[in-house]
Amino acid sequence: MAKTNVDKELLLKVATNARLNLTEAEIKKFLPQMQDILGAFSKLDELRDLKEEPSFQPIQLKNVFREDKAGKCLSQEEALSNTKHSKRGYFLGPKVSE
Amino acid sequence: MKVQSVLEFAEQARAGNIGIEENTHKILDKVFAANGMNFFNVISKDLALQQAKELDSRVKQGKASGKLFGLPVSVKDCICVKGIESRAGSRILDGYLPVFDATVVSKAKAEGAIIIGKTSQDEFGFGTFSTNTGIGFNAPKNPFDSERSCGGSSGGSAGLTAFADFAHVSISESTGGSIACPAGFCGVAGFTPTYGLVSRYGLIDYANSLDKIGSMGKTVADSALLLESIAGHDEKDSTSLNEKPSFADEKNFSTKGLKIGIIKDFFGEGINPDVSKIAWNSIKKLEKAGAKIKEISLSLNAKFSVPAYYLIAMAESSTNLAKFCGMRYGAQESLSGSFNEYFSKVRSNNFGEEAKRRILLGTFARMSGFRDAYYLKAMKARTRLINEFRLAFKEFDVLANPTMPVIAPKFSEIEKLSPIEQYAMDLCTVPSNLAGLPHISINSGFSQKMPVGIMLVADYLQEKKLFRAASALEELQ
Repeated sequence: MAKTNVDKELLLKVATNARLNLTEAEIKKFLPQMQDILGAFSKLDELRDLKEEPSFQPIQLKNVFREDKAGKCLSQEEALSNTKHSKRGYFLGPKVSE
Repeated sequence: MKVQSVLEFAEQARAGNIGIEENTHKILDKVFAANGMNFFNVISKDLALQQAKELDSRVKQGKASGKLFGLPVSVKDCICVKGIESRAGSRILDGYLPVFDATVVSKAKAEGAIIIGKTSQDEFGFGTFSTNTGIGFNAPKNPFDSERSCGGSSGGSAGLTAFADFAHVSISESTGGSIACPAGFCGVAGFTPTYGLVSRYGLIDYANSLDKIGSMGKTVADSALLLESIAGHDEKDSTSLNEKPSFADEKNFSTKGLKIGIIKDFFGEGINPDVSKIAWNSIKKLEKAGAKIKEISLSLNAKFSVPAYYLIAMAESSTNLAKFCGMRYGAQESLSGSFNEYFSKVRSNNFGEEAKRRILLGTFARMSGFRDAYYLKAMKARTRLINEFRLAFKEFDVLANPTMPVIAPKFSEIEKLSPIEQYAMDLCTVPSNLAGLPHISINSGFSQKMPVGIMLVADYLQEKKLFRAASALEELQ
């Protein structure tokens, strides 16, 4: 991982994926920082022969099932209580297509 | 002045010897007067007084019950309290009023806790000093020296716990050390449980495989009482364990024969010599009291836990933060442009600098072409680091190290640190957090009049062992 070079093009691609618009000042600040941080993280390359299974959780989890019965959930009114954008009992979102 | 223990307070309150509304008023006055210390993002005065009235009437009806009866309890901002603005220290959650309580809050309320407010923190927990606050938030100041940090990310909880001259505990949260670090910097007890022991339902997530809700109190006993009140299985959290610790019967803190491993990697290079000496002296006291002390090296954790932790934490947080897009709750703007334009606008205007940095790094680490080299590698490294701990616990009951490599730094010093220098400060707290192991930080002395924390780590679900060792150490101080 040590050889990854973060240039402006890659940073902007990442930012677009993350739905962030970066200002020129932010680009100037983040670009060298990302390079530094990823450089420091590349220390992990020193761990040779990583054949271990990845630990997606720190402890083993078991599947937990419950009876397939409807439980309590939020009312429509409660679910909409924090939005400014609703219409006829639904969330109103931005345009998906022109 | 010795502050009444939580156990004693709740007992007196249940017996009707404390006017709960009157006491709550008094405490609210104190916390409002200390507003300049920035311990709180919100003080929930109306809720607290309403709860206090209800509890007073329960006393009159002879129905007073609960381990935390009438006790003022603060809650880290990232934990949802119904009807109280809960923002995890971020402007992107401005105005968000949860319509439900987090499980830990329901449990605390059921034990008679009075919720006095939401404590300040780094935005979403992204920091070591509570200085990476969201736009419009202020960093909490250390009660021992207001030019210094409380630590982070549960800085407000620790600062308030140290400041309080009244019985109080705080529900806090740790991802990579966010309970131990501020507890160490503020000289209070911070108890982080085994991953999964406490339900995360209603927690505004940072990194799901790392987040642990825990407790802070002036003493080990106070923090343990809160922990046992909020722990236990919860079907609303699929990672919740079916375990519940109980410390009530733990009266004998004898450390005779207790095997303590001193993690020598965290006493030398990179650790302030005075801090190292103070923590060491503390362990020597335990040795005198009958504990068996031996040095051990966790060299893999010392070298690799910080990069592995940060990669995993950033990758997970970048997906968690994807849900904040200005539609259903929190900061919202007038709907204009396409959905990508709208979401990007709301996110760009409202996330703070460190949140953006971590989203970018985490998104990068998960991107096609980089995922195996970064994210997956960190996950495999985590397995190896956990195995190093497993081996250590074959020989030892608890492991010990200084909580932080330095005393609480001044805000002017923190400003000069680069992000990577700040991340490196988590050296001693990250290993047990990455492994999901229970740990506790208590005060072990003072350097330049600032508290120095010592951290004890135990094997999975060995909270009782941790409680015994920490209580013994606390008595010997």
